Amino acid sequence: MLRYTLLRVLGAIPTLLLVIVLAFLMVHAAPGGPFDDERVLPADVEANIARAYHLDESLPKQLLRYLGGLVQGDLGPSYRYRDYTVSELIGAAFPLSLKLGAMAMALAIVVGVSAGTVAALQQGTYLDRTVMAFSMTGISIPVFVVAPVLVLFFAVKLQWLPAGWSSSTGASRMVLPVITLALPQIAYIARLTRASMIDVLGRDFVRTARAQGLGTLTVVRLHALKPAMLPVLSYMGPAIAAILTGSVVVEEIFGIPGLGQFFIRAALNRDYTLVLGIVVFYAALIVLLNLIVDVLYGAIDPRVRYR
Amino acid sequence: MSLLNVKDLSIRYQQTAVVDALSFSIDRGESVGLVGESGSGKSQTALALLGLLPRQASVSGSIRFDGTELVAASEEALDRVRARRIGIVFQDPMQALNPYLRIGRQLREILVRHKLARGAEIDERVIEMLVRVGLSDARRQFHAYPHQLSGGMRQRVMLASALIAEPDLLIGDEPTTALDVTVQAQILELLEEIRDNTALLLITHDLGVVAGHCERMLVLEKGRLVDVGATTSLFASPGHAHTRLLLDAAPRIDRASALPQATGASILGIEAVSVSYKAFGNEQLRAVHDVSLSLRSGETVAVVGESGSGKSSFVRAVLGLVPMLSGRAVYAGAPLEGPVERRVKAQRRDLQLIFQDPVSALNPQMRVQSIVAESLLVHEPGLSSQARLEKVVEALGQVGLGDEYLGRYPHELSGGQAQRVAIARALVLGPKVLICDEAVAALDGSVRKQVLALLRKAQEDTGLAIIFISHDLAVVRAISHRVAVLYMGRLVELSDNAPLFSRPRHPYTRALIDAVPVPNPVVAPKKAPLRGEVPSLLDPPSGCVFHPRCSYVKEICKSMLPATRDLQGARVACHCADEIDLSL
Ligand SMILES: Nc1ncnc2c1ncn2[C@@H]1O[C@H](COP(=O)(O)OP(=O)(O)OP(=O)(O)O)[C@@H](O)[C@H]1O
Ligand code: SF4
Ligand SMILES: [Mg+2]
Repeated sequence: MLRYTLLRVLGAIPTLLLVIVLAFLMVHAAPGGPFDDERVLPADVEANIARAYHLDESLPKQLLRYLGGLVQGDLGPSYRYRDYTVSELIGAAFPLSLKLGAMAMALAIVVGVSAGTVAALQQGTYLDRTVMAFSMTGISIPVFVVAPVLVLFFAVKLQWLPAGWSSSTGASRMVLPVITLALPQIAYIARLTRASMIDVLGRDFVRTARAQGLGTLTVVRLHALKPAMLPVLSYMGPAIAAILTGSVVVEEIFGIPGLGQFFIRAALNRDYTLVLGIVVFYAALIVLLNLIVDVLYGAIDPRVRYR
Repeated sequence: MSLLNVKDLSIRYQQTAVVDALSFSIDRGESVGLVGESGSGKSQTALALLGLLPRQASVSGSIRFDGTELVAASEEALDRVRARRIGIVFQDPMQALNPYLRIGRQLREILVRHKLARGAEIDERVIEMLVRVGLSDARRQFHAYPHQLSGGMRQRVMLASALIAEPDLLIGDEPTTALDVTVQAQILELLEEIRDNTALLLITHDLGVVAGHCERMLVLEKGRLVDVGATTSLFASPGHAHTRLLLDAAPRIDRASALPQATGASILGIEAVSVSYKAFGNEQLRAVHDVSLSLRSGETVAVVGESGSGKSSFVRAVLGLVPMLSGRAVYAGAPLEGPVERRVKAQRRDLQLIFQDPVSALNPQMRVQSIVAESLLVHEPGLSSQARLEKVVEALGQVGLGDEYLGRYPHELSGGQAQRVAIARALVLGPKVLICDEAVAALDGSVRKQVLALLRKAQEDTGLAIIFISHDLAVVRAISHRVAVLYMGRLVELSDNAPLFSRPRHPYTRALIDAVPVPNPVVAPKKAPLRGEVPSLLDPPSGCVFHPRCSYVKEICKSMLPATRDLQGARVACHCADEIDLSL
């Protein structure tokens, strides 16, 4: 198990490096510089600024410098918020985004897996078809449509929940953003769970378990759930990525001062070090979470572990 | 009153009845065999008894178990009967046990669910049960996952799970079909030993198993019960033509074959062939060790041995499908060298292989005609399409398939028909050597008999030489001229058919023969001749590899590998072959 984990960790390093280099090159290939929209600067001042931020160096050299800083956890200074480093800015904004993302993910897993399992057990019934119809809708409607509809209904019409972030305090302001963010994932996980649960319920060992008179609940909980979760677990990687990108949109719509909103500001401001920093941070996060998923996979499937 | 009373049981899928008005009963403690060909409804009947049929099945009639009606009973009512009153063992323990769960856990849950034990007592009872089914080191195996156990051990666990709640009826649905004969003998013996007064419904296609273990038998044909009675009387005088057909088709290990001597010229010589595979890391797994064999035209040489004995690896190396580590093979004076793709066309044409699973060996997108014609396109490109069609029709005729099969796809064929198409595809090229790797193992008795007869016919007509790999010694006795016995990749005995079965020279050969159930209820089943299972090839025993399981073992066997020597026409690798008399 330890060996397996170690191999996974080592395997993740090149992926991460590749992502960083690509992001770096892409940001540098973008037209315009961070200081372009300010008033025109005298050539020598511009050169000074360029030197201060090492923009006068060759690209490979800049890249190496960046990677060097990265190893020490230094993502460089922000071009726009000049008193802060990128790391400080991320550190300040991320906890809120993390809370939002984690809650959405938890909701998606709990609701998605339950709905999918129930649908699988009731395969072909009215209930099954309802669940499937709902999840089809959930997958096909984009976040920027869902959010206003939810707001209109729950906040404006029923007035159960606050519509925006600043209009209230407390936990209730999290509800709509979390649901919005989770909805497509609930839908996807439900479909995935249903399909894989139907497959597992048809296997011989489930028949054995039923022949032992264990009862549906125990059969599902003890025998079927673990193997049925394997495809869902594999989907966790993409799901995490989807939640991260989704959070950028959702934070903007609901006005939540999280990392996503920061990211959009940074891009509009051409604060390239901040953009790059957030991209790298997200990439590292996704790689890390995928790593955890892989290790969990090994923990569930003994045959993977012993290989 | 009977323990189980089935009356007018019918099982339908849409309009077709797979079980039709079936009635029978089982008394307490009685053992009943349920026999029939594949697709006759045996397993469906078993599943119906436990309410495990799929939703689409519509069930009618009555199943009364100890006064409780089970047809249309609620899941809760069924759960009170399952395991507690009726236990079941399925065929393939790899599939039937949960691969994600430690076996102790799988057994525990039965006791917990049925409230048969509590607290620390639960694990104790599970371990006790594991000991009873013969798991050595049960305390450690308690924590094992199914894939860490051998096939035989898994089936023991399966049996433990069926018996742990002490049911009144045990159903075995082909419980030993996936196992080696030697392991089958152990499991059947164990079954008798530990079932006490539990009634037994044993489903099997093997009449030898029924003869040895069932007092009464039921014969199913296409979902209908055609014959029922005491096993001894049905074997002596079958009440129905179908029973007679099954009995006639059952291969008899206890009867000599009437094959004439093969007198053809030597065609294939295989000398000291070894095969090894890469196991984990750098370890080498030696699957075949210095096996030599020769073959005449018109001759059938059988290769037998338990699973993992290297039968398939051996022939694959000869065919160039896996690399030969050392040794050589000579066909018609020229060496067979290198992988099959690099061999000359004539050699590829003359040596043909047929696999066990006919359906997966045929391309599902091609019609029978193209399947059979395909290799002709490669090997005889000059042929006109008319001439090719004629050859195809002739080859199909040889295996008893008429013109009407030309346009069919593989899924439109039964298992037996598909295997015949595979044989026709091999025969159409006019091969000189045909290698059959368990080619009839998946077939029903009567179909197997037909296929074997047509192979024999092809041999008589064309002088075909056949290497016949099989785990079924009864079939081997009926059709082969000579027999090679492999154990852990080594040739332990090579002998003519008649002497091998009347006076085997190697203790392993004798054990294999003894393990085969005899389809004769008058003969009491022998004790399982071998304990344990084949050791790992990664860590083979010292000296004679068979010594840990041999009952004639001497001191020298543990340290010295026995040389292969000639003993009145037989080649034997055993230190004691000339001292012990293994005559049957
Ligand atoms: N490709 C492979 N890689 C590693 N090991 C293999 C490979 N193929 C076969 N083996 C091993 O070689 C040994 C001999 O295998 P082989 O298939 O020849 O046995 P067999 O006698 O035909 O058994 P069965 O009756 O189950 O078909 C086994 O231990 C098997 O696990
Ligand atoms: S050599 Fe010894 S151990 Fe091996 S088969 Fe002969 S008697 Fe048995
Ligand atoms: Mg094989």
